[in-house]
Amino acid sequence: MDLKDLYRDVIVDHNRHPRNYREMPDADRHADGHNPLCGDKLTVYVKLDGDRIRDVSFHGSGCAISVASASLLTESVKGKTVAEAERLYATMHALLTKDDAQIDLPSLGKLAALSGVREFPARVKCASLCWHTLEAALHRQDVPVSTE
Amino acid sequence: MSAATQAAPVPVAEALDVRAIRRDFPVLAQTVHGKPLCYLDNAASSQHPQSVIDAISNYYETSHANVHRGVHTLSQRATDLFEGARERVRQFLNARSTREVVFVRGTTEAVNLVAQSYARPRFGPGDEILISWLEHHANIVPWQMVCEQTGATLKVIPISREGEVDYEAFERLLSPRTRLLALAHVSNALGTIVPVARFVRAARARGIPVLLDGAQAAPHLKVDVQSLDCDFYCFSAHKLCGPTGIGVLYGREALLREMPPWQGGGDMILAVSFAKTLYNDLPWKFEAGTPHIAGAVGLAAAIDYLERLGLERIAAAEHALLEYAERRLAEVPGLHLVGTAREKAALVSFTVDGIHPHDLGTILDSEGVAIRTGHHCAMPVMEFFGVPATARASFAFYNTTEEVDRLLAALQVAREMLG
Repeated sequence: MDLKDLYRDVIVDHNRHPRNYREMPDADRHADGHNPLCGDKLTVYVKLDGDRIRDVSFHGSGCAISVASASLLTESVKGKTVAEAERLYATMHALLTKDDAQIDLPSLGKLAALSGVREFPARVKCASLCWHTLEAALHRQDVPVSTE
Repeated sequence: MSAATQAAPVPVAEALDVRAIRRDFPVLAQTVHGKPLCYLDNAASSQHPQSVIDAISNYYETSHANVHRGVHTLSQRATDLFEGARERVRQFLNARSTREVVFVRGTTEAVNLVAQSYARPRFGPGDEILISWLEHHANIVPWQMVCEQTGATLKVIPISREGEVDYEAFERLLSPRTRLLALAHVSNALGTIVPVARFVRAARARGIPVLLDGAQAAPHLKVDVQSLDCDFYCFSAHKLCGPTGIGVLYGREALLREMPPWQGGGDMILAVSFAKTLYNDLPWKFEAGTPHIAGAVGLAAAIDYLERLGLERIAAAEHALLEYAERRLAEVPGLHLVGTAREKAALVSFTVDGIHPHDLGTILDSEGVAIRTGHHCAMPVMEFFGVPATARASFAFYNTTEEVDRLLAALQVAREMLG
């Protein structure tokens, strides 16, 4: 287990300088996520143009892994269709939780930096929180997402 | 630590031999991620000396049977060990009688027992239960449940920025409708030692019974329930080098006698017919089902071990570690101690600018340093200090100043990586 696998440069950078970190009062969809274990709390906002995610942002507080994961999420789903975002959600879920997942890492771009999280079971929920929250926002779930 | 129980400075010659003590704890002699384990999560659960492990395995190897049941030899032996452990706990707490010592699963169950068996049948709308802002969830939620069940109201004594329970506010909150005071003896999140004797005196003078949550106090302070004069005292074995799954509810006999059983089953009865069941005497009335016999045996062995070392010497050693840790942590730029009460148990809760506690926990673990991070089951405390979580290093008498230095070095690694 090498800590550098978890805190890769991309992660550290996105934690220090989270992208699309803002509230979005005119969002079409939003959902709250909460990781009670470490107190991560975030809201994911989505603005839709038909079936396409025109804008996405997040706001809240959390550890480096949860903040970086959310920041990377916003960069990667902006411009995608809802269906494409859902497929990415499934891929990320597999990347974070399945040891034997067959995933084409280069196709994930910067998101591949999260592949090291799997080696740190206590931190998987930190990385997956924003993805579950995005999924809830896209499905208009009113109940806040909890990773517990 | 109240003035009465405060440890006097111990001459060096009588101080604990921490090197020898560490050899008593097999779990400490291991590496984690290639580094020697530095276990600083004792407030969550402490480790076990070989004598406790041996007592438990000896019990299973030579003496196990069900208690209070058979006339055969092993059953008698198990019963003697189990009831012997109860007597050991009675001495440890200085309770008047073993009738006042109820074995439970832990502090949480002890509080729930009092909530459901003492409070629930008596309290009604308008009655008030008083707790403090410092409480662990285990001394909040059971009372909220009673409030929902009875219509009683939960009142909360505020704390200061230092993390001390506000005595004047407490006096103002006492009312003719106050039916119970439930107070932490030592805060698990901040380390504050609450001067409970003063609170107990004021409450009892008004006829208000008092429950003390001693989960964090019993491992570090000499607890004397008669001199504290509390009505209920709760603690868990696993925080004082004993096994998990067993703890103790001390209750004043007159109150326990009036309380109905809270769980029904075997062992808590004298005679059962479909028309009427006659409940057993104290303390067995509250111990339905086969108890954690090996747990009680392990708890007694843990008390033996701690008393052999000397509770005062343990307190002095831990206090020295606390002072050293607070001095060293003050050197770390951007580190903020959360909880700076005048009297503290040996734990430090802190935040570091720019680094979330959860990241600290992972990075420290990679350096072999085990600490707790999160809300410590005391979310109102976190909310009071405006932080989602803290990092908490908690010390036991088997920790060393070198381990405090390793905590500092690991914090430096975290700051280089994420700061």
